[in-house]
Amino acid sequence: MKRTFVLIILIAVAQLGLSQEPAPRVVEITAKRFEFNPKQVTLKRGERVTIRLVSTDRAHGFLVKPLGLDLDADDGKPSEKTITPDTAGSFPAICDHYCGSGHANMKMTVIVE
Amino acid sequence: MKNEFDRRAFMRISAMSIGAGALLQFSPLAATARGNAMSRLFHKQNGEGPGAFSIVQLSDTHVGFQGPPDPLGTKAFERAVDVINALDPQPDLILFTGDLTHDSDDPAEHARRFKTFRSISDRLRVKKRMHVPGEHDAALDGGVLFRENFGETHYSFDHRGAHFVALDNVSMGKPIVGDEQIAWLKKDLARFPKTAPIVVFTHRPPFDLKPDWEWFTSDGDAVMNVLAPYDNVTVLYGHIHRENHHTTGHVQHHAARSLIFAFPDPSTAEKKPLPFNPQQPFRNLGIRTVSGNTAARPFVAGIDDVELSIRELSGTEGIQQMLKQGESL
Repeated sequence: MKRTFVLIILIAVAQLGLSQEPAPRVVEITAKRFEFNPKQVTLKRGERVTIRLVSTDRAHGFLVKPLGLDLDADDGKPSEKTITPDTAGSFPAICDHYCGSGHANMKMTVIVE
Repeated sequence: MKNEFDRRAFMRISAMSIGAGALLQFSPLAATARGNAMSRLFHKQNGEGPGAFSIVQLSDTHVGFQGPPDPLGTKAFERAVDVINALDPQPDLILFTGDLTHDSDDPAEHARRFKTFRSISDRLRVKKRMHVPGEHDAALDGGVLFRENFGETHYSFDHRGAHFVALDNVSMGKPIVGDEQIAWLKKDLARFPKTAPIVVFTHRPPFDLKPDWEWFTSDGDAVMNVLAPYDNVTVLYGHIHRENHHTTGHVQHHAARSLIFAFPDPSTAEKKPLPFNPQQPFRNLGIRTVSGNTAARPFVAGIDDVELSIRELSGTEGIQQMLKQGESL
């Protein structure tokens, strides 16, 4: 009886371990008029990563079409998406929520290596 | 045709002037059974029977913008008004495709810029003028000031046998038309036969021209799906400050030059405004004429572009010609 109980516990623990993927790395990007911080982030091909956009002033966007990223954040309302990039390269990221006359310069680079 | 532009006269005027945007000419529907049916349909719906018409498209005047790369402010816009007023016969419709004003963080200042835009455009002899907003007009306040000045940001109307649709892809802040407006568009077009000539005017390109430069509309594919069943669709837009022609399916897209400064070709690496040249102050601002016949199937617009110069005014080119006495940059 005791041996059966231990076996059940061991199987349950093993299944739990198998079903849990490691938590993705979180990359936080801060947006404010008219800049992102940091200016560049590096991701690894095949690595699950969560991109989190945080705004410290008003509504901003974060668009990297080739990576399927189209985030919107407002002051106090961050947003995030988890991706697994599969193509190496250097991808420009832009704010695509118009935020004022310096908006066109609000950009950064996402590198996948 | 009574209402058709004398194209040679227009070219003569434009060749010694700055750009007045795009000139469109359409012929009336042919006297075919289909043309007659279309004529009855338009006339029954709103009293606008088909007829020859000619329109001018103006874009990106950015009233209120100062400094490099263009230190001339509203002078190009004012000159364009003079050019259009010199046309004989006059166009019967003028379309403004957004960024009429340059935004300001101070709403009162932005309101003054709208007022200045109106004071200049009110000098146009053509009284039928339609507008759509650009992001500089409407993205910061959701279109409040635009509506106060020009009414709704999206709407439609018929004009001499063609159906015109004003699409707003800026006032939600993002480059997006939105589900509600797309549903409206579908309903608006449903009453027309698939052969109806349709002109859509909007600010941003409704397709992926260069997303990295924000030259796109995120739900442009959904808009194109609504337009796809219609055989004769022309899209006029601005935003990119340069001439561009593109086809998606059988929809023809034409970007107009701006009246402030030009952006480079999208194949270049960097989105950097082309430098101002005081010896050729309106370089890269030009005139495009588009002509066609709505009865032709498929409808193919004829495009004419004119290299602009003000040399003919005095034998020389240069910024001094544009300055009033005692005025300096």
